[in-house]
Amino acid sequence: MSDKLSRRKLITTGLATAAGVSGLGVAAVLADRYNLIPPDHGGVFGAGETLTYAAQRILTSHHSLAREFNRSDISKVAPVNGPPPENETYQRLKAGGFVDWRLTVDGAVARPSSFSLADLKRFPTSTQITHQACEEGWSFIAEWTGVRLSYVLNLVGVHPRAKYAVFFPYENGQPPVAWWESIDMPDAWHPQTFLAYGMNGQDLPGPHGAPVRLKVARQLGYKSVKYLTRMTIVDSVKNIGKGLGGSNPEIGYSWYAGI
Amino acid sequence: MAESAYLPGVTIQDANVLDSPRHSTLVRVTHWIHTLSFFGLAVSGIGILLAHPRLYWGETGGVGTPSVLDLPLPFMLGGPSSWGRSLHFLSAWVCILNGLLYALSGLFTQHFRRNLLPGKADLATGNITRVLANHLRLKRPSDAESNSYNVLQRLAYLTVVFVLFPLMIITGLAMSPAITSVFPAIVIIFGGQQSARTIHFFVANFLVLFLIVHVAMVCLAGFKNRMRAMITGQATAGKDLS
Repeated sequence: MSDKLSRRKLITTGLATAAGVSGLGVAAVLADRYNLIPPDHGGVFGAGETLTYAAQRILTSHHSLAREFNRSDISKVAPVNGPPPENETYQRLKAGGFVDWRLTVDGAVARPSSFSLADLKRFPTSTQITHQACEEGWSFIAEWTGVRLSYVLNLVGVHPRAKYAVFFPYENGQPPVAWWESIDMPDAWHPQTFLAYGMNGQDLPGPHGAPVRLKVARQLGYKSVKYLTRMTIVDSVKNIGKGLGGSNPEIGYSWYAGI
Repeated sequence: MAESAYLPGVTIQDANVLDSPRHSTLVRVTHWIHTLSFFGLAVSGIGILLAHPRLYWGETGGVGTPSVLDLPLPFMLGGPSSWGRSLHFLSAWVCILNGLLYALSGLFTQHFRRNLLPGKADLATGNITRVLANHLRLKRPSDAESNSYNVLQRLAYLTVVFVLFPLMIITGLAMSPAITSVFPAIVIIFGGQQSARTIHFFVANFLVLFLIVHVAMVCLAGFKNRMRAMITGQATAGKDLS
């Protein structure tokens, strides 16, 4: 009797384990196939990062829009973390009113290009009044003006195998880390992802990332890279830095910050 | 055990105990997984809070705007909020999946209805006053009393399971710009992202308070017996068989 029971138990447990393992295998293949695995999926916290990213990508797959607010909701105080870069090139560009500033766009694109501030301002203008939260906990609402990143992506012709848009700023005083960040293509094509050159009706103020910053509405503030100089489109971030998708993951922060 | 082999009476009692454990296997396993995940959530929650130990009401808040609570803690940037957030989310996944398993099985097996939902007699004012008085006098429960949950336990557990934890989950999700882009209502009902953060903080405090009282009561009711009951499932009402 007990022999039978234990054998049955053994078979059930074996089958359940096999089903579990193959289920996980299938899930991993499907997750990879549908781009649900973040670059920082390894390590102690990798399982949590992957579950959060995959779950949110599935939930937001229809390009859900971040909440928009009224002009009267705009915060009077909009804090920043740290001053503009002391980088020599940046200082020279700033002194010249950013006339000579260019955004270089290269990588997996049909037409590598470089855009001046005037070019970007000539493109169709979009605005959004959205909430931006810092990972530390504070937040503010501001109106951002700029060009949708999707417009620029269409201009340069993104290769179908592209998976990430990678952004490099002029260093903003955080050595020894070379600053960079990346977003996936769903966020890159998202209608609220801007190359923002204006804030609250004025030119983008220095400490907020002048002349142009990225604005990613559905993620924490550290994904909205300031002081942009270059964007490159890639099919993998493995060979950039430590391969984790940004300098923030290299110092322990999550690559995906939809929270 | 060797003793019981010679004493049929004790053997039978043991068998009864094994047949109907004080806590089911599922309750025991989920209890300890939950303990681990709650510890991870609490530690990492403090880590995240330390990056900005000020709480606000409404949609926005930061240095230079009015706060509802300034905790007398240092602003610690860099460290604790980075690994803190990763640990917080990993623990939250464990907590939620484990909690779902516990809640669904509790509904399915009628554990909540039979063992936690207070009856009419439980809710009588006289009974509540009596149980409350016993608690305040730190009176050890009698054998008969410790065989089931008293009204205060029932209400406390139900509140934790069906009010506080769901509130933690919703206020947590309400802080996510990605989640609220799909379900804006979950942040609007709390009056804004910073309000959700503040409520998340206060509910966390209630949960920690519950934990302290919970552990204190376990100690008061007999730490060894209660721990054995939650680990092996064996209730030893009255005599300690060890």
